[in-house]
Amino acid sequence: MKHLFTLALAMVAAVACGTAQAQISDGVVKIGVMNDMSGTYADLSGQGSVVAAQMAVEDFGAAAKGLKVEIVGADHQNKPDIGSNVVRQWIDRDQVDMIVDVPTSSVALAVNQIVKEKNKVFLVSGAAASDLTGKACSPNTIHWTYDTWALANGTGNAIVKTGGKTWFFLTADYAFGHALERDTAAVVEKNGGKVLGKVRHPFPATDFSSFLLQAQASKAQIIGLANAGADTTNAIKQAAEFGIVRGGQSLAALLIFLTDIKALGLPTAQGLVFTEAWYWDQNDANRAFAKKFAERNRGVYPSMIHAGVYSAVTHYLKAVSELKTDSDGKAVVEKMKSMPTDDSLFGKGTIRVDGRKIHPMYLFEVKKPAESKGPWDLYKLRATIPAEEAFRPIKEGGCPLVKS
Amino acid sequence: MTIASPAAVAAKPTRSWSETIAFAVMVGFFLIAPLFIYPLFLMKALCFALFACAFNLLIGYVGLLSFGHALYFGWASYVCAYTAKAWGLTPELAILLGAATAAVLGLVAGSIAIRRQGIYFAMITLALAQMMFFFAVQAPFTGGEDGIQAVPRGYLFGVIDLVNPMNMYFTVLAIFLGCFLLIYRIIHSPFGEVLKAIRENETRAISLGYKTDRYKLVAFVLSATFAGVAGATKAIVFQLASLTDVDWPMSGEVVLMTLVGGLGTVFGPVIGAFIVISMQNYLAQIGQWVLVVQGTVFVICVMLFRRGIIGEIAHALRIKL
Repeated sequence: MKHLFTLALAMVAAVACGTAQAQISDGVVKIGVMNDMSGTYADLSGQGSVVAAQMAVEDFGAAAKGLKVEIVGADHQNKPDIGSNVVRQWIDRDQVDMIVDVPTSSVALAVNQIVKEKNKVFLVSGAAASDLTGKACSPNTIHWTYDTWALANGTGNAIVKTGGKTWFFLTADYAFGHALERDTAAVVEKNGGKVLGKVRHPFPATDFSSFLLQAQASKAQIIGLANAGADTTNAIKQAAEFGIVRGGQSLAALLIFLTDIKALGLPTAQGLVFTEAWYWDQNDANRAFAKKFAERNRGVYPSMIHAGVYSAVTHYLKAVSELKTDSDGKAVVEKMKSMPTDDSLFGKGTIRVDGRKIHPMYLFEVKKPAESKGPWDLYKLRATIPAEEAFRPIKEGGCPLVKS
Repeated sequence: MTIASPAAVAAKPTRSWSETIAFAVMVGFFLIAPLFIYPLFLMKALCFALFACAFNLLIGYVGLLSFGHALYFGWASYVCAYTAKAWGLTPELAILLGAATAAVLGLVAGSIAIRRQGIYFAMITLALAQMMFFFAVQAPFTGGEDGIQAVPRGYLFGVIDLVNPMNMYFTVLAIFLGCFLLIYRIIHSPFGEVLKAIRENETRAISLGYKTDRYKLVAFVLSATFAGVAGATKAIVFQLASLTDVDWPMSGEVVLMTLVGGLGTVFGPVIGAFIVISMQNYLAQIGQWVLVVQGTVFVICVMLFRRGIIGEIAHALRIKL
C-alpha cells in the first residue's frame, strides 16, 4: 500500500514538472537525511538535521530558481544493515539523489559504498571516521563537517600551544579509542608536549573512578578523553565529583558535541576543552540561523552537525542548479569540488580532491556557570585552527583519488 | 526451561496436510514476492527468518533458551565477510566456512552451557556471547566498530553473478528453503522426537535410557550452525559484517521474533522475523517513534496472543503449523 502511495506521489510529481526540468531525474531533486533519530546521536543529529536541510532548501530559494526539492528522513537505528537497506531502497525505488548526514562510522562507510556503486551523492556531516577521505574515499562522497584527525589534531595542537604541555590519556579500549589516542599523542609530542601516561578503560564503561585516580596522580596538566558518547559524559561527570578540574587539571574531550555539554550542565562540564567546526554564537549569521533553527527544533540549538548539513545541502543545490542535472552523482560532486564553497554558516571554503571539505576548526572551552548569559551560552573560544592546518594533509590519507 | 505445549504432545510424528499447504503457500509467496516487495528487504527478512528458525529449533523443540545466539550469527557473518573479501573465496565457500565457524563455536559454548538448566543456561550462553563480542571489538580483522565493509558478492559457483538482485534473491531463497526443510526433517525425525521428550520431561527421558546431554549438545550445535548460515548469508547480501550482528540486542531480537511468531511452531519464526524486520524497516521513516511502536506491538502480542501469531492460529483451527 505504502509503495503504491509513494509511487503515485512520484508519478504525480513527474507529470507536474517533468517537461520543464527534463534533465533533473524524475523532475525532483530528492534529498535523503539519514541518521539516528532515537538513540545516542538523536540530539546531535536526528530530526534537527532534517530541519537544517529544509532551512537550506528554503534559504537557497530552490522554488524561485525552478528547482523542485523534496526531503525525506529515516532512522538507521545505528545499524549498518538497516542503513544500507534504506539507502538502497531510496536510490532504487524512491529516486533519492543525495544522502546527507549519517553519523555512526559503520553505517557511513556502508552508505559510502552503496552511493559509489549507484553513482549518487553522499555528503557526510555526522560521521567522524577519517577513512572516508582516506582509504575508503570515493568520487561520490564529500566529508563535510569534521573528522577524527581534525579533532585530535585541533585539540592536541592548540592545547599544547596554549600551555598544556603534559598529558595523560583515558582511552576507550577499542580501535576507535586507540586511533584517537595515537593521533592526539603524536600531535602533542610533535609540538613539544609530553605524554606522561595512559590508561585503557573497557568499552563501554560506567565506573571511571580508578582510571580517574590514576589520571589525577599523574599530575598531568591535561587529561585527554579518547572515547566517545556515554563514556565521555560519564567520565566528565565523575571527574567533576573527584574535583579534578578544581584541582588544577584540565579535561580535554576528543569527541563531544554541543548537546552533550548542554546535557552535562555548566557546573559539571566547566573548563572542558575540545575542538569543533562550528558554534552558534560566533557571529550574527550563526546567531540568526540558530534562533530560527531552535524555533523549529523544540528549542534545541543547532550542533555543528546540523550546521554542516545546512552548509552541505546549500552547496549541493548550487552545483545542481548550475549543472541543471542531478542524475550523474560523480559529475555533481566534481562540480561541487570545482566551485569554492560559500554559505552563511561556514563562510568561504574549498573541497579537496579526496572529498575533504576545508574550513577552520576552533578550540572551545566550556564556560563557568557565572560567565554564561543564557541557557545555550556554553562555549568560549580559546583558539582558531586555520583551515590549512585543520585537516589531515592530503598526501597522508592514502586516498586512491589523489594522484601522487 | 520447560515449555509445555499440549498441542505438540498430542500430535503424531507424521507430516500433516496443514503443514504441506502452509509450506506451499510460503514458497508461492516467496516466488512472486520480489515483484512487488523490495528484494533487498526480502533477503534480509529471509536471513532473519532462518536465524529465528534455527533459534526455534533449540527453544521450541528442546526447551533451551539460549540468550547468546548473536554469537553464531555474528561470527559466521564476520568469517564469511572476511574470507570473501580478503581471501577472495566464492560466496558459497565463504558461507560454508562461516557456518563451520558457527558450528565449532556452538560445540564449545554448547558443551559448557548444557550442563546447566533454565536461567543458568541462558546466562552462560549470554556470558560466552559477550566474551566473543568483546573479542570482535578488539580483533584487528573485524575492523572494530567500522565492521568489514565492501564485501564482494562475487559469483556463485564461479558463474552466477550475485550483483544482480534477482540472482541474489533466489540464492538466498534456495538457502532458506533448504535449511527450512532440513530443520523440518530434524524436528520430525526420531532424533527430533527424543528432543521433544527431553523438553517435556528430561528426567523421564534419562530413565528411558537416553543420554540427554548428548542430544541437547547435538541440537545446540545444529541450531548454532543454522544461525551461522543465516549470518553468513546476510554478510553476502549486505556486503558488510558489523558489531550489530554479534551484540546482545541481536540475541534479544531473535527471541522476540520467535515469540511473536509462535514458539515451537514450524512457521512461526518466519512470520515473526518478517514482522520484526518490517517494523524496523518501514518505521525507519517515522524516526524517533520506532522504538515506541515496536514496544507497543510487543506488549500487544504478549497480552493478546501468548502462543504467538502462528501458535494462536494453529490452536484456533486445531491444526499443526
